[in-house]
Amino acid sequence: MAHSSQPIRPIHFILGGSAFALLLLLTLGTVIALWWRAEITSSLSTADWATIRFTITQALASAIISIAIAIPTARALARRNFRGRKFILTLMGAPFILPAIVAVLGILAVWGRSGYISDLIANFGLGPLNIYGFGGVVLAHVFFNIPLATRLFVQGWSAIPVEHFRLAAQLGMETRDITRHLERPMLRAVAPGAFLLIFLLCISSFAVALALGGGPKATTIELAIYQAIRFDFDLTKASQLAMIQFALCAAIGAVTILIATPMHFAQGLDRKAERWDARETRYRVTDYTILTLVCLFLFLPLASILLRGIIPLFTLPSAVWWAALNSVIVATLSAGLSVCMSIAMSAFIIRIARKRKTVSNVMEVVGFLTLAASPFVIGTGLFVMTFPFISPFAIALPITALVNAAMSLPFSLRVILPAMTRAEDHYGRLADSLGMQTWDRFRFAIWPRLKRPVGFSAGLAAALSMGDLGVITLFAPPDMATLPLMMYRLMSSYQLSDAAGVALLLVTLSVALFWIFDQGGRLEHNVR
Amino acid sequence: MTKFITLAAGLTLAFATTAHAQDKPELTVYTYDSFVSDWGPGPSVEKAFEEICECDLKLVGAGDGAALLTRMQLEGARSEADVVLGLDTNLTARAAATGLFAPYANRPATLDVPTDWTDETFLPYDWGYFAFVYDNTKLKNAPDSFEALIAMPDDFKIVIQDPRSSTPGLGLLLWVEEAYGERAPEIWAGLAPKILTVTKGWSEAYGMFTDGEADMVLSYTTSPAYHIIAEEDQSKSAASFKEGHYMQIEVAGKLAATDQPELADAFLDFMTSSAFQSIIPTTNWMYPAVFPTDGLPKGFEQLITPVDSLIIPADKAEQARDKALAEWLTALSR
Repeated sequence: MAHSSQPIRPIHFILGGSAFALLLLLTLGTVIALWWRAEITSSLSTADWATIRFTITQALASAIISIAIAIPTARALARRNFRGRKFILTLMGAPFILPAIVAVLGILAVWGRSGYISDLIANFGLGPLNIYGFGGVVLAHVFFNIPLATRLFVQGWSAIPVEHFRLAAQLGMETRDITRHLERPMLRAVAPGAFLLIFLLCISSFAVALALGGGPKATTIELAIYQAIRFDFDLTKASQLAMIQFALCAAIGAVTILIATPMHFAQGLDRKAERWDARETRYRVTDYTILTLVCLFLFLPLASILLRGIIPLFTLPSAVWWAALNSVIVATLSAGLSVCMSIAMSAFIIRIARKRKTVSNVMEVVGFLTLAASPFVIGTGLFVMTFPFISPFAIALPITALVNAAMSLPFSLRVILPAMTRAEDHYGRLADSLGMQTWDRFRFAIWPRLKRPVGFSAGLAAALSMGDLGVITLFAPPDMATLPLMMYRLMSSYQLSDAAGVALLLVTLSVALFWIFDQGGRLEHNVR
Repeated sequence: MTKFITLAAGLTLAFATTAHAQDKPELTVYTYDSFVSDWGPGPSVEKAFEEICECDLKLVGAGDGAALLTRMQLEGARSEADVVLGLDTNLTARAAATGLFAPYANRPATLDVPTDWTDETFLPYDWGYFAFVYDNTKLKNAPDSFEALIAMPDDFKIVIQDPRSSTPGLGLLLWVEEAYGERAPEIWAGLAPKILTVTKGWSEAYGMFTDGEADMVLSYTTSPAYHIIAEEDQSKSAASFKEGHYMQIEVAGKLAATDQPELADAFLDFMTSSAFQSIIPTTNWMYPAVFPTDGLPKGFEQLITPVDSLIIPADKAEQARDKALAEWLTALSR
């Protein structure tokens, strides 16, 4: 495909370059800071290597299963139009942002020894269910990640121009042919990235893996990092382990980027595709069966969180509402930051890709790095870097927003970069021939194609930031708390029922924020 | 309103200025999160101390117990903290070795801590025993020792915390080590099939227990006091073990680099006074280091009293931990 010959302008260097520099500072920079600050030296033990093996195995299994379930789910959502479809898509954002402790209790309410399923099978003299072990870990990770993968694939389907489906219908193509000519190329482009995201998310999980893993066998690298920092103050080991996580990330990232082939669809008129081919009963039955099962799987644990939290929600102490306000502010800031950084980086990557493909590939991998970064390492590293100069309390809010933005960057980059590439491919040359430069070009040629993915990724970033409990613990001043922090404080003071209320509030606010941003991206774009 | 100001100030990066608005001297105490929460001792302690000290007491929650020492090691002598409150005896040896803490001379002659307290640097403010907590409406004959627990039926399950990420988890490790010594690996091997799962922290484990997922959870002998006093719920009990119960003693210490040495001493004096100690039982749900003159709150008399108090001296705790952790990992990784 021919590219327009847009040159790299200083603005791309400055904006894109500083976004990259910031990412590198947060990821590799914090590791180096720990290394430099370390007081003891140590090396990795056999137990550490066993941990690394377990971490990789469970992440691989979780990612493969999540993708395998997400593809038919997304296809069902893409080719069916029914009441509640939008509602399902919005609510799907929820499992993804649940704090570990809430998710564990929600999953156990369904799958636990005294959960719904165990109660049900007890009637037949069976049970109780015991999910603890490798299966429990994968179950939880699949619960977290199906929604994310599904959303990415739904985006993929909507990127296939509706005109293609119409033409396919006119040519009398069967579902099988459509799969081969339209859907499979799209999946080749989307699946590797989605796999990478989930793999990396599962690598850095720790509280969930431990609680459902049934014992120290289910230890991930992240727990080893936590222990090294918190209990042993062994910053050398923490930075070694963090580097291993990065190396893993870079290796897997490089492979997936090589496997992924970009989509080359023509630009359509952005309408919802009508799928005449899938009207047959058997497809209808498959689609609705899959949707029902996936919805039960995802929403039963959420329902238990709702049931648990709904009564305490109305009697929550006022401090909780202040924490909620703090969380919303941080989430909104970090959503804005995350989107700006992704746009700047995407523009930069696209322009570099024309000259040097390897460099742009490396930059794309860097964009994923924060996912493999340990929140403890980032938090502690930033603390080491900033403490000599400024009181941690003074920068609590901005630094939390910044780190959260960086953490959600892999997701927004995943969504914004392909959309921008497509917009440049299709409208870039037209814009060139009209002599459109930086700002006008962005506003008229790119932005209208970009606002939907931007809305989606801003929503995702906001929701992610709401649920995050990473750096705030090190930086929070005495009377400032965010909702997740508040929830943990409540739990450790035996206030389990109020904590359930806060959990529900957290989920509701996150879904609401996600919905608002996502809808914002769908507003009509009027160029005047 | 003050919270709103704080928030606005935080947003404009000017937080630090509002905090210094008054001319009173300021004493900064780093502690764990649950201490400063509205349901913890923090708010009452702050009010009581500010009535007598003519100062501004700033309690800062710096994560959980284990995170406190890390935080101090990261901040070093440049720290704003004057006092650190919330370390336990498993950490005091390492804390003392950092050289960041200064001795405290005014230790009260008698402390109601069931061990001889000779530490020159750290002063206890509360203590408790680790224990397994169960629901007495579901479990009639609770096990009375680790061996009895091992002999329970196959579907009897407990939840414990990971010693690598949680203080109670570490407490259990040292409990088995102190009670059984050479036999500890054997006990862990026996316990392994009873352990439903291991959690990152106390909250996850306790939540799983109250949801009915497990029959017993590792917590404190004082946990039932919360349910009895705050919820009027008599259904939770702690199982009394014949081996005795391992203790957690929580301490505070003054930092050598403090710019308010007198005020820091005054706070430590206050910490063992009746005003502070009477707040502890029903907010931190632990035994006070000095029993208040009018006794413990009603409800505490229902708690079990261990036959023996086990504790590994602070200077040996670290070494014992490494050995016990290796044994624990071996037994539970099979």
